[in-house]
Amino acid sequence: MDAPTANRQGDLLRFITCGSVDDGKSTLIGRLLHAAHALPDDQLAALADESRRFGTQGEALDFALLVDGLSAEREQGITIDVAYRFFATARRKFIVADTPGHEQYTRNMVTGASTAQLAVILVDARKGVLTQTRRHSHIVSLLGIRNVVLAINKLDLVDWSRERFEQIERDYREFAQHLALHQITAIPLSALHGDNIATRSAHTPWYTGPSLLQHLEHVEPDMAAGDDPLRLPVQWVCRPGHDFRGYAGRILGGSVRPGDAVRVLPSGRQTTVARIVGFAADAAQAVRGESVMLTLADDVDASRGDVLCAANDPAGVADQFETTLIWMDEAPMLPGRPYLAKLGTTTVGASFSAPKYAIDVNSFDKLAARTLELNGIGVANLALDRAVAFDAYAANRDMGGFIVIDRYTNRTVGAGLIHFALRRSQNIHWQAVDIDKQARARQNGHRPAVLWFTGLSGSGKSTIANLVERELHALGARTYLLDGDNIRHGLSKDLGFTDADRVENIRRVGEVARLMVDAGLIVLTAFISPFRSERALARSMVEDAEFIEIFVDTPLAVVEARDPKGLYRKARRGELKNFTGIDSPYEAPQSPELHLDTTTQSPEQAARAIVAALVARGIVRAHD
Amino acid sequence: MSALSHLRQLEAESIDILREAVAEAERPVMLYSIGKDSSVLLHLARKAFHPARVPFPLLHVDTTWKFRAMYALRDRVAHSGQFDLIVYHNPEAQRLGINPIEHGSALHTDLWKTQGLKLALDQYQFDLAFGGARRDEEKSRAKERVFSFRNRQHHWDPKQQRPELWRLYNARKGPGESIRVFPLSNWTELDVWQYIRAERIEVVPLYFAAERPVVERDGALIMVDDERMPLRSGESIQIRRVRFRTLGCYPLTGAIESDATSLDAIITEMEHTHSSERQGRVIDRDGGASMERKKSEGYF
Repeated sequence: MDAPTANRQGDLLRFITCGSVDDGKSTLIGRLLHAAHALPDDQLAALADESRRFGTQGEALDFALLVDGLSAEREQGITIDVAYRFFATARRKFIVADTPGHEQYTRNMVTGASTAQLAVILVDARKGVLTQTRRHSHIVSLLGIRNVVLAINKLDLVDWSRERFEQIERDYREFAQHLALHQITAIPLSALHGDNIATRSAHTPWYTGPSLLQHLEHVEPDMAAGDDPLRLPVQWVCRPGHDFRGYAGRILGGSVRPGDAVRVLPSGRQTTVARIVGFAADAAQAVRGESVMLTLADDVDASRGDVLCAANDPAGVADQFETTLIWMDEAPMLPGRPYLAKLGTTTVGASFSAPKYAIDVNSFDKLAARTLELNGIGVANLALDRAVAFDAYAANRDMGGFIVIDRYTNRTVGAGLIHFALRRSQNIHWQAVDIDKQARARQNGHRPAVLWFTGLSGSGKSTIANLVERELHALGARTYLLDGDNIRHGLSKDLGFTDADRVENIRRVGEVARLMVDAGLIVLTAFISPFRSERALARSMVEDAEFIEIFVDTPLAVVEARDPKGLYRKARRGELKNFTGIDSPYEAPQSPELHLDTTTQSPEQAARAIVAALVARGIVRAHD
Repeated sequence: MSALSHLRQLEAESIDILREAVAEAERPVMLYSIGKDSSVLLHLARKAFHPARVPFPLLHVDTTWKFRAMYALRDRVAHSGQFDLIVYHNPEAQRLGINPIEHGSALHTDLWKTQGLKLALDQYQFDLAFGGARRDEEKSRAKERVFSFRNRQHHWDPKQQRPELWRLYNARKGPGESIRVFPLSNWTELDVWQYIRAERIEVVPLYFAAERPVVERDGALIMVDDERMPLRSGESIQIRRVRFRTLGCYPLTGAIESDATSLDAIITEMEHTHSSERQGRVIDRDGGASMERKKSEGYF
């Protein structure tokens, strides 16, 4: 694309608009599109028609209707998702992320802000700086946007008052001292009537600054320094034949030339760039934002997820971090639960500590919290299954921002910003010892294992586990039974029965079971353990063949009829909260090693079946 | 910020999306509609994976009613040896002889295209399909993700879309589920033409103005591309100087009167035009939320 015409249109500005329906945000965007001639005649005709049918502006065009895309939104009169709009002037092309402003849509605003270079924050001139103005500004600043336009709208409704405009601007600047904004530009507007949108309005002769569109055309957002070090995550390795190995990826920082020294992280191997492979011809240089294909001088073993860095200024490598976390899913964040994190081109197992604090999105005060709910923002430590290359979010958005993915629903449930690596991740190492698990197993005469019983309260887990332990003991096996009630009296007596506490309880039991397996024991655990994720976590702590998941399957109606401890009656009366099966879910195992139907077999039969399965798996030997 | 021109930024983003999808998918495919957006997408795919061959096949879900000039370009692409092309015809539509003349645009489009696409994706077990859709085309597209998730029935649920932050795309899915990926999400019609000019990409000649046989029907200029199109009473074939802004099934695609015979002329015309691209498409006109409904049913 060396044709000069490709450059003629100038560059690209991505910005976000923040404000509520009442502030006239949709009207403002409609006006901008109209001013930039981005509205074709047939769309204008459709708009005139819809304005008469649904509009709130009488015979005048209701620009808000133009940008409320989904029919559900048009019916409810609100914008509930991020929509992207496009327009161009002779100087620049623009991509607008149009996001809703209500508190319950924080996740949409964060999404829109993550790719924006500038934010237009709307204020109703009659109302001034409100709680929501502060919320929008905090989020914009948190996500790393440094340039803000304070669009003071509806000035026609305050008689074009200069005093009112200047008062709001002063209020905002005073509040914004706490934020990391570099440039604030206040502009007096009437989006409804088009004042100061494309050209300066005769209604505000006292205002000498640019119109909104003029400002957007000329502003130079300061997102990244030009001399930042090279960051290139390997996205795809290109091997069309034996004599070519190319590393494809997008440059997320700095620039690269053939001959540059680069370091491959996390391995740390150093080499130099041989070629920047082009479609028609090789390139002499490539810069931040470009998608490139490099070849390297040495045969280093780089693969997807590795990051090529400037050798003299490489990224950090760590597996534990302090982060700001924004939660985006209906199901709350549960400390200790295994999730996946995607950072650059790496996807890796991840879990979070309990939040150090949550952040009130309106005041940005720090609040105590044990979880994060949908739209919650907080600071928590992140632990990854393995070390990855990273930069602090403040230094490089694309190297320090990550998304959180649920392992089972595959939904994107959160987004995070890395503050810094925790030092201890570099200093704590697993202590190697001489007498290992195999040595202990030989002396014991059987292999270690975890028999993980799961099922509803009253299904018979403890009864069956107890019988199994007696049989194993009789066979000479070294065993230990971890029972739910007993653990709750000691190790986990500080925990309640919320989802977060259940996750932490199972994490502790999993850790204890792991140590006991390492000691060579056959560990029996009898816990409801209602969530698949935590059972998967416990499974991941030991070797594959060592984990036997035993589903004690008894229908709710049957356990409720049995109700040996009277708990179901209490739960039905509302005296027990978060009771599994009543007001808290039980996620049945999908492929347990053993599935026991207690409606067709007695506890003794079930116990014999389990011991037989252990013999068949070679964990214990039957008496000859 | 960066010194990259606007077109080069769009190109870099699209290549990033193509590579990311290929790295994450098991059986990707590119839907090839032979239009200008498909031509751009094909060109970007060649660039993204060069010097390797494009690592996925092209799938043309045919309706048998495309313009002859479109079939000619498709065959040239297939014979270039650079791509593997699959042409799929919905056997049910074929058996019933569904056509836009007798059965109307809605049934024709649904059976040949919407159902045909689902059948083809199922038959070949593709788990990720690239499409050339752009967010500027239509209101409900403005909110669609770059990686757009479909359930086992190929349905799109606008309320269950995954948030997309930074340049991070979540491509994970369960068995039987699939993802549609739109590398041109952030391009506009004008960007597409400027890129075609800058990169000298071949497109179907119907985009350029020429003398063509058309009839005026329901306010649109319909080209009489072959003998299958019967004239209604009172209609007569006229020779007019026309071109097309979008291409589809010829009886359902309206031409515009134009003198734009070159890329420069098309771009100049675009910069001064005041009607939207999809105006010529007969299938989009049935009701305000028409596209959103078709999409949730599985239309691309």
